[in-house]
Amino acid sequence: METLWFMLVALMLAIYVVLDGFDLGAGALHLFLGRDEEGRKQILGSILPFWDGNEVWLLAAGGTLYFAFPALYASSFSGFYLPLMIVLWLFILRGISIEFRNHIDSPLWKQVWDTVFAGSSGLLLVFFGAALGNVVRGVPLDTAGEFFLPLWTDFTPNGPTGILDYYTIAVGVHALCALLLHGALWLGYRTRNPRAIPLAARLWWVVAALTALTTVLTFAIQPQVAHNLESKPWGFVFPAIAIGSLLAIRYWLGKPERLRPFLASAGYLLGMLTSAAFGIYPYVLPSNENLANGLTIQNTAASGYGLTVGLAWWIPGMMLATGYFVFLYRRFAKAA
Amino acid sequence: MDSALTLHRLHFAFTITFHYIFPQLTMGLALLIVILKTMALRSGNQHYNDAARFWARIFAINFALGVVTGIPMEFQFGTNWSRFSKAAGGVIGQTLALEGVYSFFLESSFLGLFLYGEKRLSPKAHWAAVFLVFLGSWLSGFFIIATDAWMQHPVGYTIAPDGSIQLSSFWALLTNPWVGWQYLHNMIGSVVTASVVMASTGAFYLLQHKHAGFGRTFLRQGVIAGAIASILMIFPTGDGQGKNIAHYQPATLAAMEGLFQTEQGAPIAILGQPDVPNRRLDNPLLVPRALSFLTYQRWEAEVKGLNEFPEKDWPDNIGLLYFSYHIMVGLGTIFIAVLTFAAWLLGRGRLYESRPLLWTLMFLFPFPYIATTFGWMTAELGRQPWLIHGLMRTSEGASATVSAGNTLFTLLGFLGLYAILGILFLFLVWREVEHGPGEAQSH
Ligand code: HDD
Ligand code: HEM
Ligand code: HEM
Repeated sequence: METLWFMLVALMLAIYVVLDGFDLGAGALHLFLGRDEEGRKQILGSILPFWDGNEVWLLAAGGTLYFAFPALYASSFSGFYLPLMIVLWLFILRGISIEFRNHIDSPLWKQVWDTVFAGSSGLLLVFFGAALGNVVRGVPLDTAGEFFLPLWTDFTPNGPTGILDYYTIAVGVHALCALLLHGALWLGYRTRNPRAIPLAARLWWVVAALTALTTVLTFAIQPQVAHNLESKPWGFVFPAIAIGSLLAIRYWLGKPERLRPFLASAGYLLGMLTSAAFGIYPYVLPSNENLANGLTIQNTAASGYGLTVGLAWWIPGMMLATGYFVFLYRRFAKAA
Repeated sequence: MDSALTLHRLHFAFTITFHYIFPQLTMGLALLIVILKTMALRSGNQHYNDAARFWARIFAINFALGVVTGIPMEFQFGTNWSRFSKAAGGVIGQTLALEGVYSFFLESSFLGLFLYGEKRLSPKAHWAAVFLVFLGSWLSGFFIIATDAWMQHPVGYTIAPDGSIQLSSFWALLTNPWVGWQYLHNMIGSVVTASVVMASTGAFYLLQHKHAGFGRTFLRQGVIAGAIASILMIFPTGDGQGKNIAHYQPATLAAMEGLFQTEQGAPIAILGQPDVPNRRLDNPLLVPRALSFLTYQRWEAEVKGLNEFPEKDWPDNIGLLYFSYHIMVGLGTIFIAVLTFAAWLLGRGRLYESRPLLWTLMFLFPFPYIATTFGWMTAELGRQPWLIHGLMRTSEGASATVSAGNTLFTLLGFLGLYAILGILFLFLVWREVEHGPGEAQSH
C-alpha cells in the first residue's frame, strides 16, 4: 500500500512537471520569443486558461503527500523552509503578473508584469530542479527525522551541505533548460511563433549535454541509484524512456508535424523523473550523513486505514479531474 | 512566551487572514453570479449577461489573489507547523487532499471556460461552467472548514503507540458535529460579504447618476440576498455555533462572554471590558439571564464561568477574544438592521431615491470583511491554548527546526509582498468599478 501511494504521488508530481512545465517554460521564454505586444499576447493567451489548473496538480500532489506520508511532509517542508518560502513568493509574483497584465492597456504596465512573469517563471524552474537535486543527494537528517538546511554553505555536496551546491545547481540548470525546451515545443505547437522551433532545436543540444552531466554526477553522489539498478535491472526502462524520448524529440523536430515533439518532450520529462524516483527508492528523503536516518516510505506513511480510504476517493476524484482536463484542452484546442 | 512560537502564530494568523479576504468574496459572488446568469437564461435579457460579465471581471481579480495567497497556506502546515503535521497529517491531510482533488481542479478548470470561454460555448454551457465554478468554491469551503472543525473538535481518530494521531473513521471526519453549523455560518457569511459589496457598488452608481440601470439591478439583488443572509447569520447558524461551543468548549464560551463567575441565569454583556487579572468585567451593560436562555433555552440555566477552569486551560488572549466576538455580533446586528430596512424600502419602491440609505449602503462594504475577520479570530483564539482541542497544545505543534530569525524574515517578506498585493487589488478593482459594466475590457 505504501509503495502504491509512493507511485501515485510520484505520478502526480510528474504530471505536474509535464503540464505546469510547459507554461513555466513558455513563460520564461515569452520575453525573448514574443518581440512585440502581438507576439507576447499570443504566447500568454496560449497558457492563460491552463496555468492555474496545471498548478493545481502540485497542490493536489502536495495534499496527497501530506495525508499519505505526513512525517515526510512535515520533515521536508520545515527543513527546506527558506527555499520553499522563496518558491511561494515566486508563485505569488508569477500568478499576479499573468492575471494582471491585461487589465490595463499601457505599455509600461505590461512591460513590468512581463518582466516579472518571465523572471519568476525561470527562477521557479531552477528552484524545482535544485529541489529535486536535494532530494536525490540527501539531507542531514537527525534521529528524529528532522533537519534544517541553510541556503548555501561552501557549494560542495560534501560535508555540511546547503540547498545550493554545484550538484543541485547543475540539476537546477538542467531543469531550467529541459523545461525551456518543453515550453518552446508547446509554443511551436500552439502558436505560430516563428522563433520557437529553431530555438528548441538549439536548446536540444544543451539539454542533451546536461543530461549526460547530471547523470554522471548523480551516480557519483548517490550510491543508492547504482545499487537499485543492479538489484532490479528492469529499472533500466526508465532511463531508456528518457533517452528514447530525447532522441525522438530530435527526430520529430525535423518533421513538419508539431504535436509529436512536444509529446516526446513530455516522455523525456516523465522518464527522467521516474528514473530519479526509482533511483532513490525505498527512500523518499535519503540522509547524506547517517544513512540509517533516511526517511523511507515505510517510516513516514500514515495508517493503513487512512491509506485505504484515501484510495476510495482518490481514484474517482482523479478520473473526474482528468475528464475536466481533456474537456478543457479540447475546448481551447484551436491555436490562438 | 517563546518567541519562535509567537512568530509562527503571527505568521499563520497574518497569512490566513489575508487569504480569507479573497475566498469570502469568491464564494458569495459565485452564488450571486449564478443567479444573474440564471436570470439571463430565463428572461433572455442581455442586461443580466452584461451584469454577470462585469462581476466576472472583479471575480477574476479576486480569484487570482485567492489562488496566490492560498498556496502559502497549504505549505505552511509543513513549514511552520511540522510537529503538528507529523502528528495529525494522516487525518487533516485527508480533507486538504480532498480539497485539491475535488474542488481546486473543478474550480480552476471551469474558471478558464467561465472567464475566457463565453464565445466558445452556448449560453447553457456557459451557465454550466459558471455553476461548476460556484460548486467548486463551495466544496472547497466545505473541506477546509471540515479541517478546521476537526481541530476545534477532533473526531474519528485513534492514537497510535508512537503518539501520532491516526484516522479511524473517514465518515466521522466529514460528519463532525462541529462542521455543519460552522460551514453554514461561514458560507452564509460570505454571501453577506458579496451581497454588501454588490449593493454598495449599486448605491455608488445611483449616487453618481452613472450606469443607473445596472445600479438598480445590483442594489436590488444585493439588498435582498444580504437581508436574507444576515438574518441567517444570527439564527440558526450563529446560534448553532454558540451551542456547539457551550457544549464542547465551555471555557471558550466563558471567555467570549467575559463571564468569570459561574451563574444561574447568566446575563449577556452588550458592552464591557474584561479585566483578566482581577477576574471581572468593567463597565458592564448587561441583559439579565439572556446568556442562559440563549445557550440552554432556560432562563435559570447555569453557565460555567472561567473560575471553574484551571488557568492553564484558559484561552491565552481573553481580551482580544472577547472583543472579537462582540465586534462580530455587533456588526451582524447592524447588518440586519440596515439591510432589512433597505429591503423594506425596496419593497415599497422608495429605496432608489432614499439618499441617506444609499450613502449608508455605499460605505457598508468594508464591514462584512471586518466581521468575518473577527469571527475567525473568535474561532481561533477561542481554541487556544489548544491546537487540536483537548489533544495537542499550540506550543507543541510548531516546527522545531525553524528558528525565530528565519520565521521573522519570512513574516516580514509576506508583510511586504501582501502590502503590494493589497494595493494592486484595490487599485484594479477600483478601476473596474469606475469603468463600470458595459463594453468589455481587453482580455
Ligand atoms: C459576515 C460575517 C459574520 C457575521 C455578521 C457574523 N459572523 Fe459569526 N463568524 C463568522 C462571520 C460572521 C465567520 C468568519 O465566518 C466565523 C469564523 C469561523 C466560522 O465558522 O465562521 C464566525 C464564527 C462564529 C462563532 C465562533 C465559532 C467557533 O468558535 O468555531 C460564533 C459563536 C458565531 N460566529 C456567532 C455569531 C453570531 C451570534 C452572530 C450574530 C449576528 C454572528 N456570528 C455574525
Ligand atoms: C481550515 C482552516 C484553518 C485552519 C486549519 C487553521 C489553523 C490555525 C493554526 C494552525 C493556527 C496557528 C496556531 C494558533 O495560534 O492557534 C491558527 C491561528 C489563527 N488563525 Fe486559523 N485556521 C484556519 C482558518 C482560519 C481563517 C480562515 C482565519 C481568518 C480569516 C483564521 C484566523 C486565525 C488567527 C487570527 C489565528 C491566530 C490566533 C493566535 O494568534 O493565537 N484561521 N489557525
Ligand atoms: C489553512 C487553511 C487554508 C488552506 C491551506 C487553503 C489553501 C488554498 C489554496 C492552495 C488555494 C489555491 C487554489 C488554486 O490554485 O486554485 C486556495 C484558494 C481558495 N480557498 Fe483557501 N485555504 C485555506 C483557508 C480557506 C478557507 C477558510 C476558505 C473558506 C471557507 C477557503 C476557500 C478557498 C476558496 C473558495 C479558494 C478559491 C480561490 C479564491 O476563492 O480566491 N480557503 N486555498
